[in-house]
Amino acid sequence: MSTPSALPDDALLERLQRGAFDYFVQTMNPRNGLVPDTSRDNSPVSIAVVGFALSAYPVAVERGWMERAEAVRRSLLALRFFRDSDQSGSPTATGYNGFYYHFLDIHSGARVWQSELSMIDSSLLIAGMLTAATCFTGDGAEESELRELVDLLYRRVDWCWSQDGSGTIRQGWKPESGFLHYGWEGYSEAIVLYALALGSPTHPISADCYPAWTATYQWENLYDQDFLYAGPLFVHQFSQAWVDFRGIRDRFMREKQSDYFENSRRAVLVQRKYAQLNPHEFIGYDENGWGLSACDGPSDEQPQVQNERRRLFGYAARGVPYGPDDGTLSPPAVLASLPFAPDLSLMALRNMLMRYPQLLSHDRLSTSFNATLAGSDGQPWISPGHYGLDQGIVFMMIENHRSERYWRLMRGCAYLRDGLRRAGFSEGWLAPCAAQGAGQ
Amino acid sequence: MKPRFDATVHTPEDVFERQRLAAVHPQAWNNPQPSGRYQLVIVGAGPAGLAAAEEAAALGTRVALIERHLIGGTCFNTGCVPSKTLIRTANAYAEMREAARYGAQLPADIRVDFAAVMARVRRIRSHLTCTTSVRRLAASGVDVFFGQMRFEGVDSLSVNGQVLQFDKALVATGARPHIPDLPGLRQAGFLTNASVFDLTDLPPRLLVIGGGPLGCELAQAFQRLGSKVTIVQDLPLFLGHEERDAAQTLSDAFARDGIEVRLNTQATVVRLEAGEKVVDLVSADYRSTIKVDAILTGVGRRPNVQGLALEAAGVDYDEGSGIAVDDQLRTSNPRIYAAGDVCLAGKYTDIAEESARIVVRNALLGGRERLSERVVPWCTYTDPEIAHVGLYVREANARGIPIKTFTVPLHEIDRTITDSEEIGFVKIHIRDGSDTILGATIVSRHAGDMINEITLAMVAGIGLRTLAKVIHAYPTKTEAIREAAMAYNRTRLTPRVLARLHRWLAR
Repeated sequence: MSTPSALPDDALLERLQRGAFDYFVQTMNPRNGLVPDTSRDNSPVSIAVVGFALSAYPVAVERGWMERAEAVRRSLLALRFFRDSDQSGSPTATGYNGFYYHFLDIHSGARVWQSELSMIDSSLLIAGMLTAATCFTGDGAEESELRELVDLLYRRVDWCWSQDGSGTIRQGWKPESGFLHYGWEGYSEAIVLYALALGSPTHPISADCYPAWTATYQWENLYDQDFLYAGPLFVHQFSQAWVDFRGIRDRFMREKQSDYFENSRRAVLVQRKYAQLNPHEFIGYDENGWGLSACDGPSDEQPQVQNERRRLFGYAARGVPYGPDDGTLSPPAVLASLPFAPDLSLMALRNMLMRYPQLLSHDRLSTSFNATLAGSDGQPWISPGHYGLDQGIVFMMIENHRSERYWRLMRGCAYLRDGLRRAGFSEGWLAPCAAQGAGQ
Repeated sequence: MKPRFDATVHTPEDVFERQRLAAVHPQAWNNPQPSGRYQLVIVGAGPAGLAAAEEAAALGTRVALIERHLIGGTCFNTGCVPSKTLIRTANAYAEMREAARYGAQLPADIRVDFAAVMARVRRIRSHLTCTTSVRRLAASGVDVFFGQMRFEGVDSLSVNGQVLQFDKALVATGARPHIPDLPGLRQAGFLTNASVFDLTDLPPRLLVIGGGPLGCELAQAFQRLGSKVTIVQDLPLFLGHEERDAAQTLSDAFARDGIEVRLNTQATVVRLEAGEKVVDLVSADYRSTIKVDAILTGVGRRPNVQGLALEAAGVDYDEGSGIAVDDQLRTSNPRIYAAGDVCLAGKYTDIAEESARIVVRNALLGGRERLSERVVPWCTYTDPEIAHVGLYVREANARGIPIKTFTVPLHEIDRTITDSEEIGFVKIHIRDGSDTILGATIVSRHAGDMINEITLAMVAGIGLRTLAKVIHAYPTKTEAIREAAMAYNRTRLTPRVLARLHRWLAR
């Protein structure tokens, strides 16, 4: 097999997308359809990763990587699990009020790690469910059941409750202590959460919730880029995996004469500039060595790491320009910028793969590496195993780059469309005449 | 074996303290005999009261100044002056430990002599108070009274029973630390800003409850002086009113210093066990217990409104927010004004002094000056410092003002790199579509000095276009401000403008 970095773009992307998809195929629990957070031993389930898996199956069918019946079977396994799951909100339940705990035991589906009932991760799971329902439109009993289950699971989410009477959606809830006492502040990956919460026909959030959130935005000129500021790259990618933001704009972006797609492109330019300046003089940072995002990283506790009076952050949302930055870069975050800045993303990815071929195993990218913390053999620190979130976002963004398939598909999701409109998005494919031809 | 930390605090009686007390509250002081009606009576001799007294005396006004305790108030005695003095020494130690970062030799033995540190604090505090001594005030024409005062009517008050009549009065009684209602805290004993500068022994383990400006400053200073500091804050970030990125930068700096940072955490109960202070903490569902030698608290400050008989003078007030004033600083009694911490949300010395000067002009000269017209900067003197002036982005958003921020990370500025002080940023907020400066936040080792350039620009109505023309000495850190202005200028070069320019150049 040829060296990946030597492949032409199309072949390279095909391999990386297939490798990402195989993560879901290989790690799914065949009894309940749940997918682990990472490939490491005893990893719990991350509900968001299940959302990415549900999004991936139908497109894998289109690409000929999975039989349609198998994709539907896998999807139904997960959907039935969530339908039947314990929704009592007890400390060992699976969810509450239609939301789910962030991390679940992969066998029983019970909450682990005392994790929070996560609004954003639940919304990524629901987005995956809606993707499946939008794709599997066949008349057969199984596909009909799939759509009915998705509708039931979406409609039972009490988004309104998640506001807790406050102006914006809370970040989480715990049975031991109630709502986490802080909400969303500043631009984040939560547009899809707000859109789904506004589009609900059963328990929508109040109409003023979205503007209350966007009122915390910061419009900044940084490194000569005018952009809606958020430090980590994933913030500029997660909602964009499902929603085609080209040409549709909410009030904030209308006023700034930009849109969220263009904003994600500028976020790439900001990352490149930061890595070029490389204020902390880390190894491997340059115009083709960037990608500060939420990812695993070395920590002070790891015995193999020689900490040179530098603080290391473990798993953290690394960002620019304020950090945290400990020299750790996330190649999947670079690849997930593909739709916004294809040439720059590919250049950076190829550069990283040429320098550090070991970032790729089973055609899947490690979540992160740190070349400044090279071991005695001169090799960089590399996060062991693979993260499901990385494989999910990489799979979807390669697909959007190649075919715009998710963007076209999700235009047909009435709940998402309604939610975006209620958030104030208009123009482009949301214009009345455009929506008529959008299916469903 | 080293003796256990003695948690009782007594004001050291040394030459500096004797000098200071002689200046700010001489024992042998006899209150003057009032010779008729005063044109202005000032209650409280902190920064606001002193600023008003000096301004009024300079106008030749018959003015009385009443103080219950010490001239100079919180700022001089238990606030800005001693804390900044302490911080300087703490920063010196931090630099010694960071010597290798500057290519310097790490000193072989860095030992903190805490008693010497605090002696310096007392010496400098004493030195500065001499500039505002009671006798100097009296010599400038101010009748200075010490004692308990209470209003007797709408135009009279008494000091230790002695009645003073006034045309106008200014209440500037300041604020005091707000002690949290924490079970066991009083029994276990605690420090506030009023007692912490009297320490002569360093607490080996210190818990700071509250992440406001003073809590943050002292937490870092004590850590750098050798205490093992834990700071507990019941919010996601420190300095609740500051911008997120500024507060985040501070959290990172604390972690680098080795401070144990506990955000989203509440102290729930304190108890004494074998001479140690044992404190239970809770963060959501995570409970933990820490043992410390001293607790520093005083989260937030409460206005001093009790015992003044404000009701007798018809002055409306609230225990939490203080005396109610309008924008010209008048209370509900048209003869009586208020200034400083007792009536303002922003409890900073510079605001207190300026509000008092406004009162003097409004009360004595018939002025109609408004506090809201003033551009007020403030700064938290952590390392890095966090300084702000004008509007915050969230305030502009709430008021529907279109706002845009020009951000310059300090790692773009040559001088910060030569000095290895790249942490921080300059953010200048403008009204989007113009070059009008609405506000700014600066995070830098010298942010407090740097913010003054922005304040000057705002007061003088200078926009970013003009600031871009101001040559700054190279290399200096304030070049970051000009860089922001030049970034603004580059945004004016839209594709349309550039196309016209290219056509013109190609003639």
